Amino acid sequence: MKNVLLICFKEFKSYFVSPIGYAVMALFALIFGITFYTSTSQMVQMGFRAQMMGQQQPMSVNEMVIRPLLGFAGTIVLFLVPMITMRLIDEEKRNGTIELLLTPPIKDIEIILGKWLAALLLYVCTIGMSALNLAMLFLWGKPDLKPVLVAYLGLLLQGACLLAIGIFVSTTTKNQIVAGGVTFFLSLLLYLLSYYTEFATGAFWQALNYLSIVTHMENFSKGVIDSKDIVFYLSMIFFSLFLTQRSMESLRWRA
Amino acid sequence: MIKVEGLTKRYARTVAVDNISFEVEKGQIVGFLGPNGAGKTTTMRVLTCFLPPTSGTANVAGFDVLENPMEVKKRIGYLPETPPLYPEMEVVEYLRFTGQLKGISSADIGKKVNEVIGRCALGDVSKKLIGKLSKGYRQRVGLAQAIIHNPDVLILDEPTSGLDPKQIIEIRELLKHLSGDHTIILSTHILSEVEQSCERVIIISQGKLVAIDSVANLTNRLRGSESVALEVESPNGTPNPSDVQGRLEQVSGVSRVVLKDSKNGRLAFEVESLQGRIIRAELARTVVNSGWNLSELRAVGLSLEDIFLELTSTEKKKAAPAEPAAPAPEGGKQ
Repeated sequence: MKNVLLICFKEFKSYFVSPIGYAVMALFALIFGITFYTSTSQMVQMGFRAQMMGQQQPMSVNEMVIRPLLGFAGTIVLFLVPMITMRLIDEEKRNGTIELLLTPPIKDIEIILGKWLAALLLYVCTIGMSALNLAMLFLWGKPDLKPVLVAYLGLLLQGACLLAIGIFVSTTTKNQIVAGGVTFFLSLLLYLLSYYTEFATGAFWQALNYLSIVTHMENFSKGVIDSKDIVFYLSMIFFSLFLTQRSMESLRWRA
Repeated sequence: MIKVEGLTKRYARTVAVDNISFEVEKGQIVGFLGPNGAGKTTTMRVLTCFLPPTSGTANVAGFDVLENPMEVKKRIGYLPETPPLYPEMEVVEYLRFTGQLKGISSADIGKKVNEVIGRCALGDVSKKLIGKLSKGYRQRVGLAQAIIHNPDVLILDEPTSGLDPKQIIEIRELLKHLSGDHTIILSTHILSEVEQSCERVIIISQGKLVAIDSVANLTNRLRGSESVALEVESPNGTPNPSDVQGRLEQVSGVSRVVLKDSKNGRLAFEVESLQGRIIRAELARTVVNSGWNLSELRAVGLSLEDIFLELTSTEKKKAAPAEPAAPAPEGGKQ
């Protein structure tokens, strides 16, 4: 555990020594901020219009602003995750520092967990930027807090899962561009699976649909915690980290 | 301390290390010598548990690299060929990180880092980013990383590459200083390096062990005889060259005397002994007894460079080494 934290802190710090950490956070804040502004102002305009026409239609900030916004954040994550994971292990391989990590008395899994946690930490910080925007809604409105928290839990799990896949990809190559690109396309594929299989029937397509990260995200963004979704994300994380560990081990045999 | 038996490492198509066996005793400095691609780095990587052997065993301090890698890793300090550095870290920060990776507790780490910074003379750059350091300093940071946890065994892959002569001497001193309680294996192409700092040499070529012995023995074994440079002068004028040569030739065990040079009243000879004879003492006595002054007497060894070339090139020509690889017991005598 000590080694995991050691590697995690070192890795997290190195995100902020290079521009990557700042870039990821700034890009997310920018895009999320713009989207937040447009969707909130739309809602406000709709509110005015409704008042002027004398209709007393119930309007929910949760349904109209927060839910689509956090759903959108889940999409931006697809672009952020490759940026976060693309240097984690391939860079060590290219610089030869992998020898530094693999020769002291620590286990491969400690290295992997440390790096994954560091990536997750940066991810949480990034996603956390959106909370600043949402906090304004809470200051001037009365949205329901619980579904927001559940949506964040969903984002966290989805990110953790994609980051684990990203680390696995990172162990298989020495090239950052390849690592980033492959991670992005894998994430995109997992994202699109739900669109491909939306109206499909049959066990195979259903299974593919189950694999899509969007399918599982939907419940969370509605504010529903379903153990099926949690199991899905956790098993994806576990599976990816397991693959990473095997891949690290095979580095020794292939190197 | 280190025991390697029948070690073989095969990559997909090539055999990098082919059935190598050797032993290194505690406290020795052993030089690992071989042309590029001979399998030095691969052997070292096996010893550090970075690569698993294809067959054969490697033991460090009684622990097998495959069965007990954690125990082996605790006892090894390793400096790879390119120092494994993070350019974005400061020297102190880097050493703290690597020290803790090697199991130094956070209570001790400050003390250990200071100690190793002193040892490797890194005081001036301790707050600098590693990426901004010159190659020599980077090498030293790499070395500091390898010795920070005071390991029993140090494995250094070309520790002096890229250093200036002064730094090389410093590193050499450092290694000598460490050799008492540490067992050191270092690989290098620089042969004088091995001659100066190593007690024993392991020469490998194309993955095969070619020779393993002490530097002195290796020289003797190849040459089989001793060669001595001798300078003679006389208190009253230049002595008669043929006279001196005649006397020297009569010394028992001398096979050949060659007059090399004659200037300023000094005669320089090169004297070769018969196989396996030590003639220096007898030569000195003869010169002095004849009433001449002995102004210089030194053994001219075959340089390691010659041995190296001979061993590794005969290997290629005849496919079999000129001298069969010495079994471990012979080297283990000292």
